[in-house]
Amino acid sequence: MKNVALAQDTPRFDVEAVRRQFPILARSVHGKPLSYLDNAASSQRPSMVIGAVDEYERQHHANIHRGVHTLSQEATALYEGARDRLARFINARSRAEVIFVRGTTEGINLVAQSFARSTLKAGDEVLITHLEHHSNIVPWQMVCEQTGAKLVVAPIDSRGVVQYETVTALMTARTKIFACAHVSNALGTVLPVRRLVAAAKSRGIVTLLDGAQAVAHMPVDVQELGCDFYAFSSHKMFGPTGVGILYGREQLLERMPPWQGGGEMILAVRFDKTTYNGLPNKFEAGTPNISGGIGLGAAVDFIMDLDRAAAHAHESALLDYATRTLSAIPGLAIIGTSPEKASLVSFTVEGVHPHDLGTILDEDGVAVRTGHHCAMPVMDYFKVPATARASFAIYNTFEEIDRLAAGIERARKIFS
Amino acid sequence: MDLNDLYRDVILDHNRRPRNFGGLEPADASAEGFNAMCGDRLTLRLQMADGKIGEIRFEGQGCAISTASASLMTEAVKGKTTAQALLLFDRVHALLTEDAGAGLPGAAHAGAGLPGADEELGKLAALSGVKQYPARVKCASLCWHTLASALQLAAAGTAAAPPIVSTE
Repeated sequence: MKNVALAQDTPRFDVEAVRRQFPILARSVHGKPLSYLDNAASSQRPSMVIGAVDEYERQHHANIHRGVHTLSQEATALYEGARDRLARFINARSRAEVIFVRGTTEGINLVAQSFARSTLKAGDEVLITHLEHHSNIVPWQMVCEQTGAKLVVAPIDSRGVVQYETVTALMTARTKIFACAHVSNALGTVLPVRRLVAAAKSRGIVTLLDGAQAVAHMPVDVQELGCDFYAFSSHKMFGPTGVGILYGREQLLERMPPWQGGGEMILAVRFDKTTYNGLPNKFEAGTPNISGGIGLGAAVDFIMDLDRAAAHAHESALLDYATRTLSAIPGLAIIGTSPEKASLVSFTVEGVHPHDLGTILDEDGVAVRTGHHCAMPVMDYFKVPATARASFAIYNTFEEIDRLAAGIERARKIFS
Repeated sequence: MDLNDLYRDVILDHNRRPRNFGGLEPADASAEGFNAMCGDRLTLRLQMADGKIGEIRFEGQGCAISTASASLMTEAVKGKTTAQALLLFDRVHALLTEDAGAGLPGAAHAGAGLPGADEELGKLAALSGVKQYPARVKCASLCWHTLASALQLAAAGTAAAPPIVSTE
């Protein structure tokens, strides 16, 4: 009955109708219905995305750009059409600001190796926070080694909150780049990115936001955020793997040197001089993941077709319910208790190692992630080797959270 | 698959009360094992006496499978020569990964045919449920890889600069 009460909080959101659009949710695992609670690692694909990729592979595949034949023109129109939709999705000023990359990780590496490497000098500082994913730590470490710049890490508090004042206190005349997550993958913390970006901007600091965990859960408007760069992945927003987007402010992208050389990123090649292509192609060397890009375009359509306010309310209700249900389990500690949180719960259970818990839950068809979530500094901060993480998407239900809780109780019994 | 087969009483007992747990000073050799997938870490220290493993202790943190496996291993290899211990590794490796017949060809280390090849697995057989859970094999084998590394160091007569052993 607790489910019913909560379901009434979100009367407009028909979760069963959403679930029917995701074929994989109908399957079972070890004879139990699948409860897919690993959405922060990768979300599932709706029929719309699967269909768009399938249609492309069956009817339109050819290499894009410069082809005079029909298939190449169709493929180009589909791929570039996806870029246009992505530009609208994040409210970029123009399609020139939307660069196809392999994913968030590649997007951040591109900024580190093109923008940062060409501008950082010894003694400059790159500011990040303690809760970053390894993908928003290591590229900066690499470029700091290459340039002699210093990596500065803003601390978090015991709730996993990044405090505005703590970060801005570290923004100095030496700070050249500020990079942080929009939403923490390990803790769920939503960072005060708009204020942080504004503070950085007022000090002339270039900003990058890692949006991997944000785009599927909240509207993202890069102009409103004011950031210089925003990177995200397709497969965490119901699209295919192997593709993602780097948004960059046109003015900066224009000034940046190309990162990788090859086809597509050039206008003319002579052995004595190569003329680079304009944006966005300047940063898109080689044949891209065409089907992935088209699938991502379909994922944007899928998200835009949702009642986003209702979807967000549903996810918030799932988070509230999960937080209450799990908190009631003896020995369970939730790691990451920021008041501003996306719909995921990281936790430990006394006497049960997360890895064992993951195996036991899998037997019940409940998929969660266990481990360090590519955020080892976060684990070190909370002095845990690993956590279990249940991360929710629009298609998850309260019943699935009940199954998660029952599985945790089962694990506690085994290890009691 | 059956969870009771994975989490047998012996495993649960050795997880709850790991044997030979703690530090060892001075050690003739030590090695550190690390499982990057789940963050399991263990440090293994051993003393050799008359060419045999005299004392062996481990510490660290890991899941039940990794803790119990390390605990069972320390009990099993105490008093064994390096060759005998590595042979046992072969048999455990086969137990964890092969469909039938532990110790058959294809084992991790050359050593079949050495004295002790028919050594009983004893309590180590409790790990046989792991092979139904491929994602967990590394949990059980981490301590053995770490042991092989420590024994190598002991044979080389150096205890310095313990290497980090990974199951990756």
